[in-house]
Amino acid sequence: MHEWALAEAIINAASEIADKERMKEITKVTIRVGELQMIEPEILKFALSQTKTEKFKRAKFELQTEKARLKCRKCGHTWFFTKKKIDENEQEAIHFVPEIAHTYVKCPRCGSPDFEIEEGRGIVLQSVKGVREA
Amino acid sequence: MTDPRIGIIHERMKEITKIIAVSSGKGGVGKSMVASTLALILARKGCKVGLFDLDFTSPSTHVVLGVGGIRPKEEKGIVPPEVLGLKYMSITYYSGDLAAPLRGTDVSNALIELLSITIWGKLDYLILDMPPGIGDVTLDLIRLLPNTRFLIVTTSSQLAFETVKKFVGLLEEMKMPVIGVVENMKMNNSDDIHLQADKLGLKFLAVIPYDAEVESAIGDAEKLLGTALANGVKKIALEIMVRN
Repeated sequence: MHEWALAEAIINAASEIADKERMKEITKVTIRVGELQMIEPEILKFALSQTKTEKFKRAKFELQTEKARLKCRKCGHTWFFTKKKIDENEQEAIHFVPEIAHTYVKCPRCGSPDFEIEEGRGIVLQSVKGVREA
Repeated sequence: MTDPRIGIIHERMKEITKIIAVSSGKGGVGKSMVASTLALILARKGCKVGLFDLDFTSPSTHVVLGVGGIRPKEEKGIVPPEVLGLKYMSITYYSGDLAAPLRGTDVSNALIELLSITIWGKLDYLILDMPPGIGDVTLDLIRLLPNTRFLIVTTSSQLAFETVKKFVGLLEEMKMPVIGVVENMKMNNSDDIHLQADKLGLKFLAVIPYDAEVESAIGDAEKLLGTALANGVKKIALEIMVRN
């Protein structure tokens, strides 16, 4: 599953931050999950639990969902992405590469595919908390 | 806030021995034809080869190779399907025949996403079919995959070669290795491009004559490998295998 590749990237990035901050143990990892990518939170959580290393033994993974806000560059209209209006194949394509939304999603007001993904694109590592080495 | 995708890219590419970006200053010089043919030839010589179409807004290697009706497998990431002996990756798996109208930041994001989730495995060569010119993909490659080597394609036109000069100047400034330059679709007897390449200290790899048969070989790999284009690209493949 695609979530596994992202989980591996999160564990890798959080480990790097922990090393830089001289943490001997990671206690909490906060991840922002943009709705455009349509990540399955339960699969991502499971993948994180299976991918984590010793340093994450007692770590809590908090997933914060962020709505995908899109803004049309042609008419200025702002709207929130909803997967209801696109079919399953298109949803899957956006799941793998969120920018493919520009192929399947149009501005509801003027029909332009030229929009900005203002918020809620994909995965962001929000914070890593842990216990520092003495 | 951290983008977790950036750090994993090195991990995803670690089993790839050489990354070769087939680039140009201008469009329409035959990059996709050269990149696809080079990948096919290296694979026929027994190398493990991947081909990644990075021209997201105007992809065409799937047309050159006649690829259709397949999609990558999901296996803790996405695994590029094997096509004609190549591991082949293209944004068209997701955009189909429709346009992908992407601006600069979207191109960067799509590139980072695909680099971070694609599981290439062990490869001798990963051939990248680049969009023309110095743009987001070139700059992102220099940033994210600094071990990339550049193969420059030009035509005999001074218009094309003027842009090559700028492109190569940038690569030199950024300390990126250039394998050499290929003069494609040659229709004259002038050795002007060769001389100009020498002047710039660029290795002149091959001349590929204009071959009217190439158009009818599009979508047919076997026919493509029998063209004058393939003959020229064979020289480049040998150079790459021996020296790069």
